[in-house]
Amino acid sequence: MAFAGAKIIQPSLPLIHTTTRSPDNTLLSDPSFLSSPFLGSTRTLRLTQSISPAQRRSASPVVAVSDVFKEKKLKSNTNLLLTKEEGLQVYEDMILGRAFEDMCAQMYYRGKMFGFVHLYNGQEAVSSGFIKLLKKEDSVVSTYRDHVHALSKGVPARAVMSELFGKKTGCCRGQGGSMHMFSAEHNVLGGFAFIGEGIPVATGAAFASKYRREVLKEADCDHVTLAFFGDGTCNNGQFFECLNMAALWKLPIIFVVENNLWAIGMSHLRSTSDPEIWKKGPAFGMPGVHVDGMDVLKVREVAKEAIGRARRGEGPTLVECETYRFRGHSLADPDELRDPAEKARYAARDPITALKKYLIESKLANEAELKAIEKKIDEVVEDAVEFADESPAPSRSQLLENVFADPRGFGIGPDGSYRCEDPKFTQGTAQV
Amino acid sequence: MASIFQGVGTATTLSSSTSFDTNKFHLSSRRSLSERKVSFVVVRSDAGKMNVGLNKIGGRADQLVTNAVATKPDTSAASTASKSGHELLLFEALREGLEEEMERDSRVCIMGEDVGHYGGSYKVSKGLAPKYGDLRVLDTPIAENAFTGMGIGAAMMGLRPIIEGMNMGFLLLAFNQISNNCGMLHYTSGGQFKIPVVIRGPGGVGRQLGAEHSQRLESYFQSIPGIQMVACSTPYNAKGLMKAAIRSDNPVILFEHVLLYNLKETIPDEEYVLNLEEAEMVRPGEHITILTYSRMRYHVMQAAKTLVNKGYDPEVIDIRSLKPFDLHTIGNSVKKTHRVLIVEECMRTGGIGASLTAAINENFHDFLDAPIVCLSSQDVPTPYAGTLEEWTVVQPPQIVAVVEQLCR
Repeated sequence: MAFAGAKIIQPSLPLIHTTTRSPDNTLLSDPSFLSSPFLGSTRTLRLTQSISPAQRRSASPVVAVSDVFKEKKLKSNTNLLLTKEEGLQVYEDMILGRAFEDMCAQMYYRGKMFGFVHLYNGQEAVSSGFIKLLKKEDSVVSTYRDHVHALSKGVPARAVMSELFGKKTGCCRGQGGSMHMFSAEHNVLGGFAFIGEGIPVATGAAFASKYRREVLKEADCDHVTLAFFGDGTCNNGQFFECLNMAALWKLPIIFVVENNLWAIGMSHLRSTSDPEIWKKGPAFGMPGVHVDGMDVLKVREVAKEAIGRARRGEGPTLVECETYRFRGHSLADPDELRDPAEKARYAARDPITALKKYLIESKLANEAELKAIEKKIDEVVEDAVEFADESPAPSRSQLLENVFADPRGFGIGPDGSYRCEDPKFTQGTAQV
Repeated sequence: MASIFQGVGTATTLSSSTSFDTNKFHLSSRRSLSERKVSFVVVRSDAGKMNVGLNKIGGRADQLVTNAVATKPDTSAASTASKSGHELLLFEALREGLEEEMERDSRVCIMGEDVGHYGGSYKVSKGLAPKYGDLRVLDTPIAENAFTGMGIGAAMMGLRPIIEGMNMGFLLLAFNQISNNCGMLHYTSGGQFKIPVVIRGPGGVGRQLGAEHSQRLESYFQSIPGIQMVACSTPYNAKGLMKAAIRSDNPVILFEHVLLYNLKETIPDEEYVLNLEEAEMVRPGEHITILTYSRMRYHVMQAAKTLVNKGYDPEVIDIRSLKPFDLHTIGNSVKKTHRVLIVEECMRTGGIGASLTAAINENFHDFLDAPIVCLSSQDVPTPYAGTLEEWTVVQPPQIVAVVEQLCR
């Protein structure tokens, strides 16, 4: 499995060594050109050129890709990239993500949820593009920006909203919160607060899938795992350790980098010696792909290929999605550091608007159908809020219930019986 | 991270004895490389109460043989080592436990550095990779944090991994995963995922291994909610605790000691699983309760021999369960003797002894006739020089001196 290194398909921009933000620089007419006056990598990100809707259908879905992928014939030109049904499904999912997150912001400022809440606005294409291709048995591992991943995977909006409100009807009984969305039923393995700490867990889930197939001889077990994380995480040791192990054992996992260029206030360029994250895949022996994460159709194409690879047992893939978060890092972030021009550029590439345009122009759907979806989602989100509002808060008896899977772990009390048999434990008033 | 201590040269034999004659205890000084002979006493705790407790929870009471009822030193037999047993070394006992559990449940797997082809740096997993394959006995790259997390992820998806730290100290690199994920995920997921991992490895102060290879991590891990910690000290309890830890649905950290791997003992042929939460009565007595675990048990027993000769009658309990404490066994003992000495290898500050002192003070304060004394290792990075190393750890003469003082 030799990877000669990635090739860049599109004509490349010359590497820029200047760090001025002069508007006279003609390269800035490329809306995705990024430069920074700060110290850091002097390389620019190799980004997509602007693609008009008309071009979208004929353009290659990916910008930069390693050799292995190049060999595949990429669907383009005359074929529609998805069916009407798929298109509506993806559209609905993205609308749900956006509407839900907007509602979260409202609820937060109204004092219904607290703590750290990280919203996903702008990145919906990545979640919908990948997760809508999964089966129920496939696993998703995310970070603290996990509401939409959970929703895309199938966790009911009611359960997620209740969890955010801290109610006992939440998907984690109110014990996890915004940053810890779990669902055993839908195989959402979290929700992690520290960056990078979910990647080994995802690697373990992929390992379990391979184990089932090869040791437990469950021949049809081809479950894949998606690990979502950001650009900041790609400088973390756990990331590299897991790339190595996943490639070494050909685990059925896809590492999805949601590169939104900012780790709170740290620009990707300031923190990374080589900002092109997709290149780190071939270094470990897996394909690295860079894709326009604001375009759900492109993401979907890449996702199909990567998921197919994993299912067939060919091993992991590293997919870097260039995307952007429209809001701050969290609701507590004043978001003063990012250049408004940059935000405007990406707002113009809103994935939902783009998909809407595509669906209408390719006659897959009409305005009325899309409006109906939006209305339906509004109702779903309203209902979720109502449900969460009306749900009870966890009672005291819940405090000690889930500390141990086997509550004998609380030990033997002075009277000789297990402490968990003490009624104070079921009441939640025991001192532990 | 590459150093491996094979523990060779310390041939230790434990002759199991059916008589409880405490005069048979001798443990030569740890600096001597000559044979050590320790008569090993196996006692039974009060099984009755335990079984009631277990049955109420609907536990696996059918498979569990709780460890014993306290017997007086002068009665004979009632050793749990049945007449037909087999003799083995502690690391072999661990391996037996591992193998039996892997045979019984195909979801049990091992992962760690050099556990497969190399057979484990202390030979605990020797022979298992050829038998069960490279995926079930997984040789990992040197990435503790990542492969511990991998084990946790696999456990969430239904496997039962045993994660080995080549030396317990290396698990410091996995602290993120152990604390955040191992301990907490069952709770933060609202009980949806359980993490039935066993994290094990050799720790403790060895023979001049240097500071970083001589760490006692039990003090660092003890505050993590959601995990259980046990320390084995004899081949019998090593196998029993290993099996119990694997069968437990909770994450369990099993602490082994580098210098105890070559202890020899006869253990039963028939299957047995010990109780993770119970302490072990090593030597019943009347004058003072000495609580200890892991290697210090042997220093205590050596001191006990001296003390008995001087006319004292110490009660020695191997607490085994470092988290949670078996307050029943400990409490009964305190109520009987009214004096407590804790002997541990952990650091003084924030160690297991510190927690145990607090727990006993809180629960049994009225029964104490003297302040609890805690003998721990010095808060010093373990020096390389043999003489200095000896002075960082608690030695039998210190134990004798404290007992004499407490029992005045």
